[in-house]
Amino acid sequence: MTAVAPAAFQQSNVDYVAILPMLIVASAALVGVLVEAFAPRRRRHVIQVSLAVVGLLAAFAAVVWVAVDPNKVGHKGLTMGFTDGTTNHSVFALAIDGPALFMQGSIVLMGVLGILTMAERFGGVGPDAFTPSGASTPGSASESAAARAGALTSEVFPLTMFAIFGMMIFPTTNDLIGMFVALEVLSLPLYILSGLARRRRLLSQEASLKYFLLGAFSSAFFLFGTALLYGYAGSVYFGDLSKAVATGPLAMNGLLLPGAFLVFVGLLFKVGAVPFHAWTPDVYQGAPTPVTGFMAACTKAAAFGAILRLAYVGLDTARWEWTNAVVIVAILTMVVGSVLSVTQTDMKRLLAYSSIAHAGFILVGVLAFDRKGVGAVLFYLVAYGFSTIAAFGIVSLVRQNGGEATHLSQWAGLGKRYPLTAGAFAFLMLAFAGIPLTSGFVSKFGVFSAAIGTGGATGTTLAVIGVVCSAITVFVYARVIVLMFFSDAPDDAVEVVTPSMATTFSIAIGTLITLALGVLPSSLLDLADRASQFVR
Amino acid sequence: MHTGMGSLAHTVGTYAAGLAAHEGEAHAATGFTAYAWLLVALPLAGATMLLLGGRRTDKFGPVVATALSWAAFVVGAIIFVEMLGRGADSRAQNVTLYEWVTAGTFKLSAGMLVDQLSMVFVLLVTFVGSLIHVYSLGYMEHDPDKRRFFAYLNLFVGAMLLLVLANSYLLLYVGWEGVGLASYLLIGFWNWNPAYATAANKAFVVNRVGDFGLTVALMLMFFHFGAVDFQTVLGKSAALTGANQGFMTAMGLMLLLGACGKSAQFPLQSWLGDAMAGPTPVSALIHAATMVTAGVYLIVRSAPIFEAAPTAQLVVVIVGAITLLFGAIVGCAKDDIKKALAASTMSQIGYMMLAAGLGPVGYAFAIFHLLTHGFFKAGMFLGAGSVMHGMNDKVDMRRFGGLSGAMKITWATFGLGWLAILGVPPFSGYWSKDKIIEAAFIGEGWRPWVFGGAALIGAGITAFYMSRLFFMTFHGKKRWDADDHPHESPRIMTVPMIVLAVGSAFLGLILSWNDMFVSWLEPVTGAEPEGAHPVVPVPLLLTLTLLLVAGGVFLAWMRYWRDDVPVTAPAGSLVTQAARKDLYQDQVNEALLMRPGIHLTRSLVFADSKGVDGAVGGLAALVGGTSSRLRKLQNGFARSYALTMLAGVVAILGALWVIS
Repeated sequence: MTAVAPAAFQQSNVDYVAILPMLIVASAALVGVLVEAFAPRRRRHVIQVSLAVVGLLAAFAAVVWVAVDPNKVGHKGLTMGFTDGTTNHSVFALAIDGPALFMQGSIVLMGVLGILTMAERFGGVGPDAFTPSGASTPGSASESAAARAGALTSEVFPLTMFAIFGMMIFPTTNDLIGMFVALEVLSLPLYILSGLARRRRLLSQEASLKYFLLGAFSSAFFLFGTALLYGYAGSVYFGDLSKAVATGPLAMNGLLLPGAFLVFVGLLFKVGAVPFHAWTPDVYQGAPTPVTGFMAACTKAAAFGAILRLAYVGLDTARWEWTNAVVIVAILTMVVGSVLSVTQTDMKRLLAYSSIAHAGFILVGVLAFDRKGVGAVLFYLVAYGFSTIAAFGIVSLVRQNGGEATHLSQWAGLGKRYPLTAGAFAFLMLAFAGIPLTSGFVSKFGVFSAAIGTGGATGTTLAVIGVVCSAITVFVYARVIVLMFFSDAPDDAVEVVTPSMATTFSIAIGTLITLALGVLPSSLLDLADRASQFVR
Repeated sequence: MHTGMGSLAHTVGTYAAGLAAHEGEAHAATGFTAYAWLLVALPLAGATMLLLGGRRTDKFGPVVATALSWAAFVVGAIIFVEMLGRGADSRAQNVTLYEWVTAGTFKLSAGMLVDQLSMVFVLLVTFVGSLIHVYSLGYMEHDPDKRRFFAYLNLFVGAMLLLVLANSYLLLYVGWEGVGLASYLLIGFWNWNPAYATAANKAFVVNRVGDFGLTVALMLMFFHFGAVDFQTVLGKSAALTGANQGFMTAMGLMLLLGACGKSAQFPLQSWLGDAMAGPTPVSALIHAATMVTAGVYLIVRSAPIFEAAPTAQLVVVIVGAITLLFGAIVGCAKDDIKKALAASTMSQIGYMMLAAGLGPVGYAFAIFHLLTHGFFKAGMFLGAGSVMHGMNDKVDMRRFGGLSGAMKITWATFGLGWLAILGVPPFSGYWSKDKIIEAAFIGEGWRPWVFGGAALIGAGITAFYMSRLFFMTFHGKKRWDADDHPHESPRIMTVPMIVLAVGSAFLGLILSWNDMFVSWLEPVTGAEPEGAHPVVPVPLLLTLTLLLVAGGVFLAWMRYWRDDVPVTAPAGSLVTQAARKDLYQDQVNEALLMRPGIHLTRSLVFADSKGVDGAVGGLAALVGGTSSRLRKLQNGFARSYALTMLAGVVAILGALWVIS
């Protein structure tokens, strides 16, 4: 590619309507920064929360608007390219297709619930979970001094919006550079958000740093993989990649497998797949609980959206090279995630390992290599996302001495004193376990049957391992339920604090959707199925 | 059945034809039948309202619940009348509610099959259920938790209707679990008494064993037919030939296991006696008239499966025969009036099971007996409740005696039920039970003699223990305690008893007119094979039955009316002692299931307590051990996490390079 003369840029081709959802979220985030600078301090919280929620809902409306317009779907929303005189090279493209719109819509909706739980104040001035001054203990004189000096935490909302913006690009982008930019756009705000916990601050700051270091490490893998793939195909655009493999310059064949796998590593890191999972429990535990819920739902959805596009569009023709590597990762993820969840004694770490195990189950769906698999994965991400936001929402309510009580032993006997809260949590546990009449059952059934149906012997093996691992996790979730309902409460019993309407709403919606998708899954299954076709 | 395989082939043939015709009929619902979902929705709405409404609904809740139950009956009645208006060929209708599960090629819509068989159940459940709601208004009047009780009753009615109306085994399973839940909640309704709570748990556990069978049957269906709806499963079963018999037998046996759990049949019968811990209206509705007959429904509904699996069918008959004798023998020794009635229920369901196992000759009579039994047994249970109401909640019949004077209405209604269960013409039981005995004598070889004989002897024993119960309670010397002042129950309780007693007296006669009931069910159960005659001439059989019944009554009269009944039970013979202990069923269960189970649990608990965190409870050893070891890798150092990632990449890539 020595002949490349980047001087000859083509005019970029942008369809503003098709990328409207992302534009709305980005603008809302930018306006949020301005609000932070100019709005009066007393009103800032309310303005920020409303701006974020309105922005997300408007973005959702835009997603629906684009999705119902047959002229827009299957469209390349944005392409830029250059020409070296003979061929045109597209370097950046956003594909507005079924999976992209489905992922954007669900990320935006789950983002609303995430924002609502982050906005919980419990009667204080700012969001309860975040600290305005990382060096001061909650409720101390130095914290109030910081507050008087004007340190506020309402900047978490624009940060979250930037993260959501990145998450919306992530599954939409159709080339490796765009994907990398999106990865960083979504990650950077998350690194900051993870470090902002008001209580157990050291744990949170440590988690943030670890997440940042390991995230940078994994980004390096991604970039290295990108370089190798560029070396192989001479392009970073998915369409060219796919074509290059099909026509095959055999001399460079050795670059394909490491390139593909290293790019996958960058993405698998984000979903917490084993052996790239080690950050997950530490960060899930350390980050402020609403942020954890948001990350578990939205980051996972966005990253799986990207994995799907890479696997089905960019590297589909090179499948035979990298499938085995991802199969190994999927098996490790399911086994390690479910086995390790057994010994957890902290609720947030338990949910972290549960999310690792779920990532493994979702990978099984990805490896079905069929539209059915795509539909099942999309459904799984939505179902799991809503359940997990509600579950972390409940975790943030169970408290002792003002702080969250996350040790399992503190949850003993919760069901006797707070039957509604514990009942909802137990129901979510059943959903994670995949018991019928919850969304978890339908999701697992979907990915496993897709794997058995079209994944061949490998798919069947994966599904069998998946079912066995599900059985192991059932034990874990059942233990939590037994603990809540059949153990006696310790003397220094925890309490469930009464949250604001916003948090109640997001927990209730998360739980109800878990139920609704279990009882009447057809409409979403149908939608996911219709949205499962990628454009190239 | 005339000759071995020939007759089998003939029967299966009839079945396939009948079913094909039948499935052709089950077209989409028209008219009011499309509202069949109301049958389930109304009582469930009541249950939801009462449970969620909390104390606010204390005042009017029970009345609303009763009204909703009657409303369900009215809906049922309208659908029934509409069904009568159509020709026999177009009575079965399918009400599709919504697409329940769509996964790949597997599609299942939640829907209701409204046909002649399910309609019989709808009317029985809603009518008897509503009467018992009314009765409970009086019986539970002073209970502080009355609202909860009515909520559960409504829940039960809704779930039972879902069970019988479901058009697929999966939806049936939902109803099946629903009635199980309601039964569990109601047996343990007075759970402040640990013995009652234990009884509820026992029912729950035993039923799980049965449900396991049903679940496996469902899986087998799914595996074999790729479907679980009645139309496909039954249609394909009917068309099957001998090649798949092993499979069909497994499926039939698993269904039977489910039926045994729910219907308290041998060997899963042990929970029913203890279930009498629940309030008496519950015993009448759930543990006599309706829920416990769900097993019979399951067998009759699955007829094509059993027709294709003669071995499973034979096991059904054997289970029925054993249970009918088992229950009858136990019934002879029980002094607790409700437990004696429970034993009798078990025995009568044994008759139904036996009939259901006989094939097309028996199906209609199984359901017929189920219907008449629903009336007379519910009536007798309500009578027992009325006696307890007047006798300070006592249940020991040795403390009763001579109550006929004090409680005239109870005595008269109970008496009609007694005559009905004895099978004295022209009362209801005669028309259904004697037909089962007749049907049991049809066949060749040893079978008619063994099964017919069992049914015949059972009738004699039934006469003895039911007369014993009746005489000990209402006749003979008064053996009351000093503070007993028996009195008749209030009108709100006696009216349902009277209505049920009228049913016990005349229902059989009316429905047997012109073979009305049997021909009504014929499109579903298939026609009775032509020329099937009992091995013993019918008039002889009839005389024999009546003689045995008379003998039983006479014996009971001698011992429990003419002679004085001791207030404390005498030691009795070995048989009596065994019967009093339910023929050692609990001991057998304990030795075979519970002890090994306990040891298993103990060892698990032992492994559990060795787990990492005592406060939380531990883990099963293997996974736990691996888990603890793996956990050490999660040491908190970012450097070792990064190393894990790098090592992972290198190892996986290295492995792939080595392989390729």
